[in-house]
Amino acid sequence: MSAEKIMILGVNHKTAPVEIRERLAFPNDPGTPYRELSVIPGCDEFCFLSTCNRVEVIFVSSIPQETERKIRDFLFNKSMSYEEAGKYVYLHQGEAAIQHLFRVGASLDSMIVGEPQILGQLKQAYRDATEQNCTGMILNRLLHKGFSVAKRIRTETGIGSSAVSISYAAVELAKKIFGNLKNKRAMLVGAGEMAELAAQHLMNQGVAEVVVANRTFERAVNLARCFNGKAVSLEELIPQLEQVDIMISSTGSPDIILHSSDVKPLMRQRRNRPLFLIDIAVPRDLDPKLNNLDNVYLYGIDDLNNVVDINKAERDKEAVRAERIVTEETLKFMLWLGSMEVTPTIVAIREKADAIRKAELEKTLSGMGHLSDEETKAIEKMTAAMMNKILHHPIVYLKKDDSHKDKKVKLAFIRKLFNLDPDNSE
Amino acid sequence: MGYLLFQVTLFAYILSTGVYMVYFWSQRKDIRTVARIILIAGGLLHTAYIIVRYFEAGHTPLTNHHEAVSFFAWSMTWGYLSFHWRYNVRNFGTFVSPLITILMLIATFSSREITPLPPALKSAWLPVHASIAIMANGFLALAFCGGIMYLLQERELKKKRFGLFYTRLPSLEALDNLNNHCLAVGFPLLTLGIITGSIWAKQTWGAYWQWDPKETWSLITWFLYAALLHQRFTVGWRGRRAAIMTIVGFSAAMFTLWGVTYLLGGVHSYVG
Repeated sequence: MSAEKIMILGVNHKTAPVEIRERLAFPNDPGTPYRELSVIPGCDEFCFLSTCNRVEVIFVSSIPQETERKIRDFLFNKSMSYEEAGKYVYLHQGEAAIQHLFRVGASLDSMIVGEPQILGQLKQAYRDATEQNCTGMILNRLLHKGFSVAKRIRTETGIGSSAVSISYAAVELAKKIFGNLKNKRAMLVGAGEMAELAAQHLMNQGVAEVVVANRTFERAVNLARCFNGKAVSLEELIPQLEQVDIMISSTGSPDIILHSSDVKPLMRQRRNRPLFLIDIAVPRDLDPKLNNLDNVYLYGIDDLNNVVDINKAERDKEAVRAERIVTEETLKFMLWLGSMEVTPTIVAIREKADAIRKAELEKTLSGMGHLSDEETKAIEKMTAAMMNKILHHPIVYLKKDDSHKDKKVKLAFIRKLFNLDPDNSE
Repeated sequence: MGYLLFQVTLFAYILSTGVYMVYFWSQRKDIRTVARIILIAGGLLHTAYIIVRYFEAGHTPLTNHHEAVSFFAWSMTWGYLSFHWRYNVRNFGTFVSPLITILMLIATFSSREITPLPPALKSAWLPVHASIAIMANGFLALAFCGGIMYLLQERELKKKRFGLFYTRLPSLEALDNLNNHCLAVGFPLLTLGIITGSIWAKQTWGAYWQWDPKETWSLITWFLYAALLHQRFTVGWRGRRAAIMTIVGFSAAMFTLWGVTYLLGGVHSYVG
């Protein structure tokens, strides 16, 4: 099988702004992509992955270029020309596509490197695709391999534990203050990439709810939907603080939006439950004096940067190790793909049968020492002839020219029958 | 026999403290396990010592300073281990074990002589009142350790300078809960200690309360802790303020134990 048939077309947080990504997500009817993509000519196998930060189609096609064009048209719903859409998408083919998928699954391509959510999302996408009968031999193996690579990276490197960024530092601090974040509530004030990141990370840690407050209410509603949270207007900020434990502020306001004197009376109503305030806006949103209040912890962008620096080096080291694992596993997968041709399969069957034949022959002959050389040769010849006769029909069957799809099924079946890929338990 | 057991116990506590210090520095789990095993061994030896002492003295061994302080250390050890069994607070042992060792050293340097029981103490209330009162001190001491840990962690979080304690100590919430748990056991014991003492006083001296300095100071201690718990339940006092109150309360408890005896005298003076 030629690796060039595997392709990935997608957009993510690095290539497209959220306005573009939103358009490709098909939130109203999750069945649409499966219906539309499966009728595209040449699209033999595919899987559709859609998250907050990325939309990707992983597909296998015998006519990749044409298929890709059709898929791109479908994704952008013809709202943009093919060339214009090209500014936002990435397209990987063959080895690069395999590598990309492994990196996505292992969270090396995520906004927060090492965040664990993406693997679950990829698994769900694969499950949906198999339920719609959209995957075949190649994608089944590729995605399962992707899951095991992700697992391997998670256990062999510290990428999951030291996913370092500002938002990670914020979560670390929150854990030092609250211990468990399970029943805590977070509030985003203002929308910005960094604030969204932090909120996402808090979600991953299982905070109970994310409240979004924004100057334009519409934007707040959109963002809240992303976190399954609720939207409030900026005027409600102070009453909301009574319920919230963690607040991340990143408005574009030139003035301070929350003063120490606003919070002081609140603490009594909060029964002194700790309040963790994170100010990542420039200029500052939150009054620096807030940090002097009992049970209030205020961290600015510089404070968080200090925390990040502490283990930045550690993260880089882990990422290098993770990338090495991805490269190694990609190579292994390429080898397997290569074996998915008729000739290597026949060779593998013969080698396997011959190995069995030789082993058995040796066992038998060593038990009967009185045979002459001629007799030994005759027995050897007989076993070889038997082997060839038994393998004759399977090999003829394999060599027979079939349509492309049948051939793949046949190959997969034969390889399974003779157990040529013992590590492939699926 | 008794003295040998005491010495071995002391040695176990010192060793355990040392290993806990090493663990605090290195954060290696296997070292912590060693420290814990040594501490448990110390606690068992200590229990054996108290039993042996009971038979050697012929009465509850809670009548002189040595015995009282040793029992104090024993309460702390088992109080700590019992909390440990219920829930885990990182590096708590590093703060508790030195205090246990200090108490044991104080016990070492006080007279171990067994004197005949004064007639006033010949009562079934002796083991009840004295053990409850000292066990209350044990739990208050654990709360004190938790309070110190809270203040250290809080300081690093507020000042944003992350040193030795930030990574090693548990979260503020966990420390605050620890404080609460210790007081939830220590305060009822303290109350019970005062009540049993008062009943015993009625039987022996004919009055429930006679404003002896020890009684006065234990009442002051009781009020300090009662105020803290009251504030916690009504307006949600917690965190730094609760930690400071715990430390103040414990200082009062320690003054009741030692300060009163050496500075103020009174009818309780034979204990201590």
